[in-house]
Amino acid sequence: MRRPGVLQGGAVLALLALGFGLVPLFYGNQSLLFSMMAYVALAQGLNVAYGFTGYLPFGYVGFFGAGAYGTALAITFLHWPAVPAVLGGGVLALIFGVVLAPLLRLSGAYFAIANLAASQVLYYVVANPNLTSVTQGPYGIKLTSVFAPNLSYAVLWVILLLATGAAVYLRTSRLGLALRAINQDPVSAEMAGVNLVRGRMVAWLLSALVAGLVGGVYGWHVSVFYPQSVFTLRISIFAIVFVLFGGAGTVIGPVVGAVLLYGLYDVIGISTPEYFQLIYGALIVGLVLFLPEGLASLARRRGWDVL
Amino acid sequence: MGLLEYALIGGVLYGLFFALVGVGLNLIFGVMRMINLAHGDLIMLGAFGAYWVFHLWGLSPLFGIPLEVVGFIVVGMPLYYLVVPRLLHTRDPEMLSFILFFGLSQVIEASAVLGFGNNQRSVPTSTLGRGAVNILGQSFPPAWVVAAGVSVAAILALYAYLYHSRFGYATRAVMASREEALTAGINVHRISAVAFVAGFCLAGLAGVFAPYMLGAIDPNMGVDLTTVSFAIVVIGSLGDPLGTVIGGLVYGIAIMLMQTYLPSWSNLLPYFLLIVIVLIKPSGLLGRTVRHA
Repeated sequence: MRRPGVLQGGAVLALLALGFGLVPLFYGNQSLLFSMMAYVALAQGLNVAYGFTGYLPFGYVGFFGAGAYGTALAITFLHWPAVPAVLGGGVLALIFGVVLAPLLRLSGAYFAIANLAASQVLYYVVANPNLTSVTQGPYGIKLTSVFAPNLSYAVLWVILLLATGAAVYLRTSRLGLALRAINQDPVSAEMAGVNLVRGRMVAWLLSALVAGLVGGVYGWHVSVFYPQSVFTLRISIFAIVFVLFGGAGTVIGPVVGAVLLYGLYDVIGISTPEYFQLIYGALIVGLVLFLPEGLASLARRRGWDVL
Repeated sequence: MGLLEYALIGGVLYGLFFALVGVGLNLIFGVMRMINLAHGDLIMLGAFGAYWVFHLWGLSPLFGIPLEVVGFIVVGMPLYYLVVPRLLHTRDPEMLSFILFFGLSQVIEASAVLGFGNNQRSVPTSTLGRGAVNILGQSFPPAWVVAAGVSVAAILALYAYLYHSRFGYATRAVMASREEALTAGINVHRISAVAFVAGFCLAGLAGVFAPYMLGAIDPNMGVDLTTVSFAIVVIGSLGDPLGTVIGGLVYGIAIMLMQTYLPSWSNLLPYFLLIVIVLIKPSGLLGRTVRHA
């Protein structure tokens, strides 16, 4: 079986670029497209961490929220224009990622839950009424002065392509191969000369950066948000489910998972979120029992090596 | 000094209850090396059981206990045989079971919202006794004392089971090494299934007292309870059900002190404790071995 190459990666990128670039021309529901794009990018970012290193960041939303609040603070206090402020939000998420890097010493479920706890700590700090002068506490952020739906849509489009590009890079490069080796057997990988710490760190920080950028541009796009809305566990959960459904460790999997399931969510989930929760809960149980590698494994069984 | 004494004694009562909250999670982890992420949702179901027993039939919520034990046995046994043996044969049982139980928790939470509605509900505290109980000059609601007493009884019963019964010896053998227990002729699946169901029942039992200890209950309370349970279990050390008592006490006293002196930051505490403990001593306060790589 030949390793899927850069060519297929280019094709996926082009498809995404054309899809989210052209559909707005004849489909008016920009907020749906924006959210879908945000979830594709988040799923891809989470995939960079989970799919390639096996570390499941249950508190992934922490980076998203850090990005949203970082962007808001840069606009409110430093009076930066929106685009550099989004980058600032990404950098803040990156710093949060560095602070949490010691968690990578933990394994499996310990890591996942400690990461969840970290995102909750961040949420309670941001939402704390004692910090109202800085973060507006529970009263939320208003960025209406920089509101620009079309520009923020375009910026998210760029971020999505960068995130997918990062996944393509990891899937096809030497570093990605090293990460897979670490994931499968850390001790043997280290004996073969793979730098464990560096590989995990790169994937982890990349993943944090993606979530921070998406969070920043999300905050800018909606322009009014509250701590509960950017730190809700639902964001982590959705990203995890989308990745699992499509197939972790592939480039196409998270994209397919996010587009299909977010589309489904949009049809039935927004009016009656409980039904959707029921469906994806059952879906997770079914996936783990019958299709632990996601949709991508269906194709792999037929002998196609999915990118 | 009344404030400090109140916080300390209240913390012990509260902590004993939280030991019961965490112990089911720890038992399942100890025997199966699986983290039951639906643990908090089982506690939520237990709480709603107590609520309905009181509101539909006007009985004391304590009558919910036998009903829930029967219910969890009826549901838990088949669930074990459907899910766990299959999971143990997968590539990465620890992570996949984590994800699977998470899916289960979503199913339970969604069904509870559909069935019970999204409102907060409560049970009057007078159903477990009126007036106040006086401990060392501080007065506490009787419900707290009852909850702490039942927790102690449940944990003692678990202790007696684990250390003074044949099944309990076998359970501890499985905890020590699944493979060796198997080669010693222990029916590992039967032992595990019993522990699995016992973990469910302990969660339900904790749930019966949740309306008294936590105030209002609602279908979405599960996630927070799971995290708190996990924090308590990790503080005590994963896999050692008795360490959970220490974890619960540390948590209970710490949260009471925080609520007394720094109330606005107190909801940070369980998460903060969890991170600090897993970073400094991932094996917990009683732990002996540390996992590598």
